[in-house]
Amino acid sequence: MNDLLSLVHSLVNGGMDMAVEMGAPDLIQAGIFYALAGVAVLSALGVVLCRNVVHSALLLTASFIGVGCLYLYTAADFMGAVQFLVYGGAVAILIVMAIMLTRREDMAHSNPSRSLLHQAGAAIVAGGFLLTMALAALLSPFQEAPAALGDSVTGLADLMLTKYVLPFEVAAILLLVAMIGAIILAKGADEA
Amino acid sequence: MNAMLENGIVVTVAGVLREYLMLLFGNQFLTDLIMKFIGLGALIGVILTAAIVFTYAERKVCALIQVRLGPNRVGGRFGLLQPFADMLKLMSKEDIIPAGCDRVVWALSPMLLFVPSALAYAFFPFDKGAVFADVNVGIFLLIAISSQAVLPFLMGGYASNSKYAMIGGMRTVAQMLSYEAPMVFSLLGIVMLTGSLKMSDIVAVQADNVWFVLLQPVAFVIFVITATAETNRTPFDLVEGESEIVAGAFSEYSGMRWALFFLAEYANLLAVSILTTTFFLGGWSGPVLPGVVWFGLKAVFMVFVFMWLRWTFPRTRIDQMLSLSWKVLLPLALVNVMCTGIGIYIYRLL
Repeated sequence: MNDLLSLVHSLVNGGMDMAVEMGAPDLIQAGIFYALAGVAVLSALGVVLCRNVVHSALLLTASFIGVGCLYLYTAADFMGAVQFLVYGGAVAILIVMAIMLTRREDMAHSNPSRSLLHQAGAAIVAGGFLLTMALAALLSPFQEAPAALGDSVTGLADLMLTKYVLPFEVAAILLLVAMIGAIILAKGADEA
Repeated sequence: MNAMLENGIVVTVAGVLREYLMLLFGNQFLTDLIMKFIGLGALIGVILTAAIVFTYAERKVCALIQVRLGPNRVGGRFGLLQPFADMLKLMSKEDIIPAGCDRVVWALSPMLLFVPSALAYAFFPFDKGAVFADVNVGIFLLIAISSQAVLPFLMGGYASNSKYAMIGGMRTVAQMLSYEAPMVFSLLGIVMLTGSLKMSDIVAVQADNVWFVLLQPVAFVIFVITATAETNRTPFDLVEGESEIVAGAFSEYSGMRWALFFLAEYANLLAVSILTTTFFLGGWSGPVLPGVVWFGLKAVFMVFVFMWLRWTFPRTRIDQMLSLSWKVLLPLALVNVMCTGIGIYIYRLL
């Protein structure tokens, strides 16, 4: 019995050591990252390529959620939750609902690809944006958050409610104004 | 025995299991990995068991309130095998795919609906130290994940190519979005009292002091009402109001696909009961009995309360329901947050 156990132990430990030596932990971590990134990018690609505009909108949601999972995976859990709530929850539903309400007879071809000129224009704009973002990402000096900041919520809350309290409140007022504006637009100035 | 009372049954059992696995494999990482999977399996087990038990319990509670007997033929006097008969019936049913539906979206909808319901269980503190994922943004992430349940409903409603399903989907969106706002604000008072978004901290604070239902009675009532609406149960079951729109977003589903909607519904029912327990009724804390038993008792009691509500109240109208949310519950929740803030300030001054 003990011989069998020690055989199992040596097999398992040997296998594990070999896996670690071959860089399995890094490989698995990179694999998960690229799988999530792949979900985000491929569904974003699907948004452009789908013929049915409802499918495009749903794939856009999948892309949002993929990005949210990336945030969670990179330990930005607050950002991830915000991404889920705001984009995956609110924005996605707004888009999908708006599209479904303007329903056409022939939904299958509701997302037509435009002429070559339009496509070229879109490619230039998208390429320029990608270039800018890539440059920004490569040039910005990323650094690890100091441990003194605490977890992502505490650090963020401290900054937002002390140092940056003015921009925070301005943003809140801006949202309030937008909300009142939307209500007036929907109900008419007299009724609201 | 002492260790058991100190750490709670679940953690002790997990510890024993871990020791055996360690003895068997002799590798820390592999043991941890297997323990994670065992945890996952246990969570799925809880959800599936709940779905089976609740289909039976719902009928018996309904019968109790309507002074009937309920199921009493299949499996003895108490109809104990009724859920299994239901399951066999559902599995043997024909899978009807409506003409002109959006196939892929239609098939994905019931599966996707189950995902956020099941994911939420990862954050529940079943016992002291028995949380699958005790993240520091616990409540917030939980709300964010459960808000993803809206879109699958809309997908099902749209893809069925049916008027009733479409109306049901639209109603779901209106209802879930408008009840999410007061729900979140009612929980804010608890977060302010605890000073943490972590689920385990919320229970720990209640275990050391008093249950939050005593400190936040208004929030408790708001939470129970909004939770009823979020799970689409009477008096807020407009989403699937049989007399108006057949079965709402899942009118066109049959057999196992329909069963998936049902599974998600009962997973949500248990989820909101567990949430009420965790936020307001002190979670696993309680005298004499082990934590997980207290937790189970409180959760089952809340399930009973939700069933009681369902079979007692008639269905509201959609405009009544929406104005209740925006004009009564939301202002009330905001006032509650303000009062909590003032209360905490005064308490600190004393």
